[in-house]
Amino acid sequence: MNLNVGISDWKVSKPPDVIVTYALGSCVGICLYDKRTKIAGLSHIMLPDSGNSGEANINRMKFADTAIPDMLKKMVALGAMQSGITAKIAGGATMFSASGCDRFNIGERNVVAVKAALQTLRIPIIGQDTGANYGRTLFLYPETGKVKVKSASKGERDL
Amino acid sequence: MLKKFEDLNASHIDVLKEIGNIGSGNASTALSSMVGKDVVISMPEVKFLRFQEAIEKNGSPEETVAAVLVRLKNDICGMILFIVEHEFAAEVLKVFFGENDVDLLRLSDDDISALTEIGSIMSHSYTNAIATLAGLNIGVDAPSFTVDMFGAIMSVPIIEFGEIGEKLLCIDKVIELNGVKMKSNMLLIPTVDSLSNLFGKLGLGE
Repeated sequence: MNLNVGISDWKVSKPPDVIVTYALGSCVGICLYDKRTKIAGLSHIMLPDSGNSGEANINRMKFADTAIPDMLKKMVALGAMQSGITAKIAGGATMFSASGCDRFNIGERNVVAVKAALQTLRIPIIGQDTGANYGRTLFLYPETGKVKVKSASKGERDL
Repeated sequence: MLKKFEDLNASHIDVLKEIGNIGSGNASTALSSMVGKDVVISMPEVKFLRFQEAIEKNGSPEETVAAVLVRLKNDICGMILFIVEHEFAAEVLKVFFGENDVDLLRLSDDDISALTEIGSIMSHSYTNAIATLAGLNIGVDAPSFTVDMFGAIMSVPIIEFGEIGEKLLCIDKVIELNGVKMKSNMLLIPTVDSLSNLFGKLGLGE
């Protein structure tokens, strides 16, 4: 079965379920994996920092600094060993490249925030496909920890 | 002062529909004169969608589409995102250049210029109509073009609105070109502050 992760969402699973998130643009997909227990999690964040939000009740799944620790906590609660968890990340593109557009450079800021959050949690990044100017769909296979990245113009690659 | 999209009432929605109507009427007249064909547009819809719905209700996330993005500034901030599906691009490029096998992933520079120009001209006609009606000064930035997955393109407006909430306001309609019904969405995506401005000018404030 495929588990579908939407925008501002994360899901955790074990084999044989595959976790998918479609069409990441400037958003970033974070795949966490514990090889020993095969517990896997995929988070689709949209913004770097919950501290900048004007909302009273924030959606913690939306931001890099809140979504990643929350998902990690869930994986540990299911039996994953935090010390064995590794990360693969993809996304953070700049979709429209002409001047004046994407002026906030949000894709790049998202990637920086994701790396900072992972560093705080001492999770090593063992694969990444970030930046550039195209969208990506991610498939995370909990059986092996493999991440397949699919795009419209560049085909597929494995992380 | 309008703080959230949730605060919009029925008469606000009616005004937005009318704006969509006038703006897109003008834009489709511009399109019609560019391609020399009949253009019919549907009644505009004002949709107030959660982010995930904004993608799922307007298309399928992985579908390859072309898009022209134009940012708006001054009295109305936000953007117009003109989503061009394959069929529509194929029809336009057939009319312009006599092309028969249009592949969105293999467009020539001329194809890209033509589609960008169409998006740009339609966006200007759209905003000019609204500006004249409401006595607003609407600035339009240079257009930007891309071809990619629909969902990835929609992430651009979604992220910008993500700072202030969980929903996106889209005013859109479907364009029919040359008797063929093609989904070619022109989405006007205004910020909350700009809406306050707009309603104020039209005497609907507070």
